[in-house]
Amino acid sequence: MPIVKKDGETRATPPFTDEDIAQLRAGDHVRFYGTIYTARDAAHRRMVQALQERKPLPMDIRGQIIYYVGPTPARPGRVIGSAGPTTSMRLDPFTPALLEQGLKVIIGKGGRGSVVKKALQDNKAVYLLAIGGAGALLSGTIKSMDVIAYEDLGTESIKKLEVEGFPAIVACDMYGGDLLLAGKEAYRDQPALGDYVSVPPAEKAG
Amino acid sequence: MTTETKPGVREVQADDIAAKVAELCQTATHVLPEDVVAGLKRAEQTEKSPLGKQVLIEILENVDIAKREMIPLCQDTGTTVVMVDIGQDVHIVGGDLHEAINRGVSKGYTEGYLRASMVAHPFSSRVNTKDNTPAVVHTEIVPGDEFRITVVPKGGGCENMSRLQIMLPSRGKEGITEVVLRTIEESGGNPCPPLVVGVGVGGSSEYCMLLAKKAITRPVGQQSDDPETAEFERELLTKVNALGVGPQAVGGSNTAIAVNIETYPTHITSLPVAVNLQCHSARSKSATL
Repeated sequence: MPIVKKDGETRATPPFTDEDIAQLRAGDHVRFYGTIYTARDAAHRRMVQALQERKPLPMDIRGQIIYYVGPTPARPGRVIGSAGPTTSMRLDPFTPALLEQGLKVIIGKGGRGSVVKKALQDNKAVYLLAIGGAGALLSGTIKSMDVIAYEDLGTESIKKLEVEGFPAIVACDMYGGDLLLAGKEAYRDQPALGDYVSVPPAEKAG
Repeated sequence: MTTETKPGVREVQADDIAAKVAELCQTATHVLPEDVVAGLKRAEQTEKSPLGKQVLIEILENVDIAKREMIPLCQDTGTTVVMVDIGQDVHIVGGDLHEAINRGVSKGYTEGYLRASMVAHPFSSRVNTKDNTPAVVHTEIVPGDEFRITVVPKGGGCENMSRLQIMLPSRGKEGITEVVLRTIEESGGNPCPPLVVGVGVGGSSEYCMLLAKKAITRPVGQQSDDPETAEFERELLTKVNALGVGPQAVGGSNTAIAVNIETYPTHITSLPVAVNLQCHSARSKSATL
């Protein structure tokens, strides 16, 4: 089963169908297993250009996951370096074209524009947040990495990752639900107070 | 050629500067300063949103993993901003200061397996320089004979949300508050909250932004020496956290762990305000030579 919901957590393994995506709602905490493809700015530009020229994409994205990441180089003996998400908004202009090709899951950070949100609904797909700046934690869930296209782009090349328990939170679902908007409304005017205890004006540790 | 050292002048070797910069690049990208960790822990303890709390727990877990396993805290190891305070009684010998700093950045990023994120031409070919050089260097001549370097690896996600506005002086505190809140609300999850918010007020346009950048390097929890500014910092921190953006913008009561304001006198016609956001991975590391 591609989607298994149990004890408040959702396990998800691609490829996904429309029916699988229908089970995911904004705010769901999901752990991914299996294959994830990476792509960010430069790779998106090339993929969308390929589509415009009616050329095939470097991989079959139907039912698959794309993760917006440009990792640090792996230390010797490691699979990958730090591997957290990059800002998704920059990929907005390229996203609808890939969703139309059958891409089902996108993982990044930050909000999406209205055009992308509508494309998610139209194509029955979801957008999730991985925790930005948690690249060391996320790195540990990645069990293998192969560069499969655009090797010349270095950190921006398309990589095929195999993951076990990669954590993410559904931000935009196929029903138009948006966690970022709902969350902000729910917690508006409930601040943690600004009376942080002032520490002695010590220098930062040398 | 040998130079004779004048009495009262201390020599600092360019090679020592390069070696120290290389070391600081590696430490800064793997070990989060204690004051930032303390701020994040406090946020985790006070967070009202269960999802926001979960995010903060994972952020703190990331801090431990990065240090223990020597994996960079974040894959965006940044533009290398280097702030140098040079005592006026220091003489740099054995090479060019900027060359030494860049040699250090190159060594630190290459040997430390850090991501090279700099492109040579900003609007044309955008070819990666492959070793994260050049650094952005700010030098300041200060009294004494110390040579102090601070390395701030600054991520693109938060840096891209910076803002500068020159306001009418009559807008005062209200205007400053509006600029800060609007910048943070519109940035949403892009700058990776909870944030350290750097605010520069006064000076000239370029100096105001430098004040904001300096503000993000002030330790979390350390307030301005000026009581009025310190009170404004507390007021702004509460207002920022009332926005509801929350950790990673999932909604919550901690959008920032600090608002640091740096001020400078300004022209009778101006009220410059600069906002520089720093992500929760508020990395910086200093050393004195």
